[in-house]
Amino acid sequence: MSDAPIIDVHGLTKTFNGRAVVDHVDLEVKRGEIVGFLGPNGSGKTTTIRMICGLLKPDAGDGTCLGLDILKDADRIKLEVGYMTQRFSFYEDLTIRENLDFVARLYELKPRGRIVDETLARLGLANRQGQLAGTLSGGWKQRLALAACVMHQPQLLLLDEPTAGVDPKARREFWDEIHELAAEGLTVLVSTHYMDEAERCHRIVYISYGKVVARGTVPEVIAASGLHTIVVKGGDGAGLVRKLKGLPGIEQIAPFGNDLHVVGTDERALAASVERAIAGTGATAMPDATSLEDVFIRLMDQSTDNFAPAEQRP
Amino acid sequence: MKLHRFSVSRIVAVMLKEFIQMRRDRLTFAMIIGVPIIQLVLFGYAINTDPKRLPTAAIVADDGPVSRSIIAAMELSGYFAFTGSGDGFTTEAEARAMLARGDVNYVLTIPPDFERKFVRGETPQLLVEADATDPSATANALGAFTQIVTQGVSTVTTGALGGMKPGGAPVDIVLHRLYNPEGITAYNIVPGLLGTILTMTATLMTALALTREIERGTMENLLAMPARPYEIMVGKVVPYIGFGFVQVLVILLAAAVLFDVPMVGPMSVLLSTTTLFVAANVTLGYTFSTLARNQMQAMQMTFFFFLPSMLLSGFMFPFRGMPGWAQAIGEVIPLTHYLRVVRTVMLKGGGFADVAPNVWPIAAFLAGVAAIALFRYRRTLD
Repeated sequence: MSDAPIIDVHGLTKTFNGRAVVDHVDLEVKRGEIVGFLGPNGSGKTTTIRMICGLLKPDAGDGTCLGLDILKDADRIKLEVGYMTQRFSFYEDLTIRENLDFVARLYELKPRGRIVDETLARLGLANRQGQLAGTLSGGWKQRLALAACVMHQPQLLLLDEPTAGVDPKARREFWDEIHELAAEGLTVLVSTHYMDEAERCHRIVYISYGKVVARGTVPEVIAASGLHTIVVKGGDGAGLVRKLKGLPGIEQIAPFGNDLHVVGTDERALAASVERAIAGTGATAMPDATSLEDVFIRLMDQSTDNFAPAEQRP
Repeated sequence: MKLHRFSVSRIVAVMLKEFIQMRRDRLTFAMIIGVPIIQLVLFGYAINTDPKRLPTAAIVADDGPVSRSIIAAMELSGYFAFTGSGDGFTTEAEARAMLARGDVNYVLTIPPDFERKFVRGETPQLLVEADATDPSATANALGAFTQIVTQGVSTVTTGALGGMKPGGAPVDIVLHRLYNPEGITAYNIVPGLLGTILTMTATLMTALALTREIERGTMENLLAMPARPYEIMVGKVVPYIGFGFVQVLVILLAAAVLFDVPMVGPMSVLLSTTTLFVAANVTLGYTFSTLARNQMQAMQMTFFFFLPSMLLSGFMFPFRGMPGWAQAIGEVIPLTHYLRVVRTVMLKGGGFADVAPNVWPIAAFLAGVAAIALFRYRRTLD
C-alpha cells in the first residue's frame, strides 16, 4: 500500500465548449512527494486538480487517488484530501475560529475544540482567532486556508496557486510549512507560476494548453530541453539584443539585470553567433547553466494554442 | 476515517455557520424585521376596501327638518363627512368644482319643494352624485345609503308627522357580514398578510443561500469537503424556518396590538400549520437557489413565484370569483391553503379537523420541491 502511488490518473480529459482544456493528462504522484504543477494561465492546472478531487467530472480518462476511483469514490476521496482553492473560499463574514470550527464539524473531528486550538497555535493564528476572515491580508488568508485544509490530517494536499499575491517572506514561510508537512508523510501537488517555487519541489510536471509537455526533477527537465545558454555581460544591452536577434542558433534572448541570457539548442551555432555579435563591443560571453525559466518560456513558445479551432490543431 | 451516511455534526456545522452569517448580515436582519412591519402598515392601514368619513358636499335648496335629519343620519353613519362653509351648504357651481377637483367624493342635492313633497307623501327625489373613479372607495357607502336615509327620515316621522310614515323602506338592503360584522378590512388583510409576508421573505432568503456561496467563491470549498446534499439542505433551511417564526410572532403581535384582529381558534393549530407553511417556502427558496446561476436569477424566480401567489391565492381577489384555470393554479400554491387555514383558525375558530384538507396540499408541495432540490443540487462545478 505504501508504495502505491497517491495519485495515479490516465488520459484525463475535460472539454469546455468543444475545447479540450485538459487533454489526455497522465499524472503519477508518490507518497511523500512534493510535485510542482506548472504551466501558463489557462493551461488546465486548476481543471486537472478539480478532476482529481472530484469537483469536476472528467469527460474521458480514469485513475485513482489514494487508491480510490476518482470517478466513483469522490466522497471518500474528499475525506482524505485537503484542497486549497486558488481564490480564497472560506467565509469572509466568519472569524478565523468560526471558519475552522465549521470545517472541523464537517469532517466530524473530535475533540473539536482541542483540534481547532492546536491548528490555530500551529499556524500562529491563535492571537487572531476572533478576527473576521474578510479583514485579513493576503498572507493571513492563505495561512487560514492552509490551516483549514490540513486540520483533518489529509494524506494528500492539493494546492492551487497557493501563494499568488503573497509577499516573499510569507511565501518562504508557507513553503517551509509545506516541506514540514511533507516530511511527516503528506503528499503535495502544488500548482504555481513561480520558478523559485518550482525549484522547491521534488518533481515538476509542466502542462501547456491542456497537455503535459515536460516532467521530472528540475535538472532532468532542463537537460531534456536540450537548451544551451550563454550569458553576455557588459556592452550596450539594447544594441546587442538587436544585433543578436535573428542570428543562426539563437532562439531566445532575455535580459536579466545588466546581463543577457542567450539561449539555443545548437550549442556550436549559438556560440558562433554570439562571438560574432559581441566582437568589438567590449562585452564578454560565458556559457552558463540553463535556467528553469528559459526552459519554460521555450515550452510555452513551442506548444500549440488550443484556442485555435479543433480541426486545425495537429 | 469513516464516512457516515448521515451526520448530525455536519448539519450542525452548516446550521451554526448560517446563523452566524445571518447575524453578521445587517441588511438581511433588517429585512427580517422591517419588511413585515412595512407591509403590515401599508396593507393594514393604507389599503382599505371599506373607507369611512368620505368628504361630501350638500346642495340644499329646501332647508327643513327632513333634510336636516337626513344629513345628520349620513354624518352619523360614519361614511360621510360634510364639508363647506357656515352651515355646511354649498352652491351648485361650487359643489361641482369640488367634486371635479376631488375635494369631495359625494355631492348630496336636496331639491326645492323637498319638504313639502315629503309631507304630502309624494316620495320626493334625493340626488347623490359620487366620484366613482375608485369604485371600491365609494361602493360601500352607496350601498348603505338607502338604509341611512330611511333611518334618518324615521326620526322625523315619529313626531308631528307620525301619521304619515312611509310604508317601509323603498329598498330592502341587508348587510350581513359573517365573522366580521363591522366589515373591518384589517380582519381580513392582516391574517392574509401573515401568509404573503412569509411567502416572500422566507422564499427570498433561502433563494440566495446557494447562489451567494457560488458568487462569493465559497461553493468550491464547500463541495470539496465531505458534506452531502441533504445535509447542506437541512442545515441551510432550518435556520430560516426559525427566522420565519420570528416574523410570525411579529405579525401576530401586530395583528393583536395594532389591528385588534381576534384570535378565535387554538394557537397550537395556527403555529403548527405555520411551521409547515414556512418549511414549504424556505425549501422552495432553496430549490430556486439550486436552479439559479446567480443571486439575481434567484431573486427573479422568487418574484416570479410571489406574483401568482399574491394574485391567485385569494389574498387580493376572492378565490371563488376566479376562472377555473386560475383556481387550478391557485390550488398548487401553498399560500392559497395557508390563507384558508389562517382565516379558519383566527376568525372562525376552527381546529385541526377543519384545517386538515388544506394541510396536506402544503405538505405535498414541500415534499415535491425538496425532491427537486436534491435532484438538482450540483455536486460538482460542471
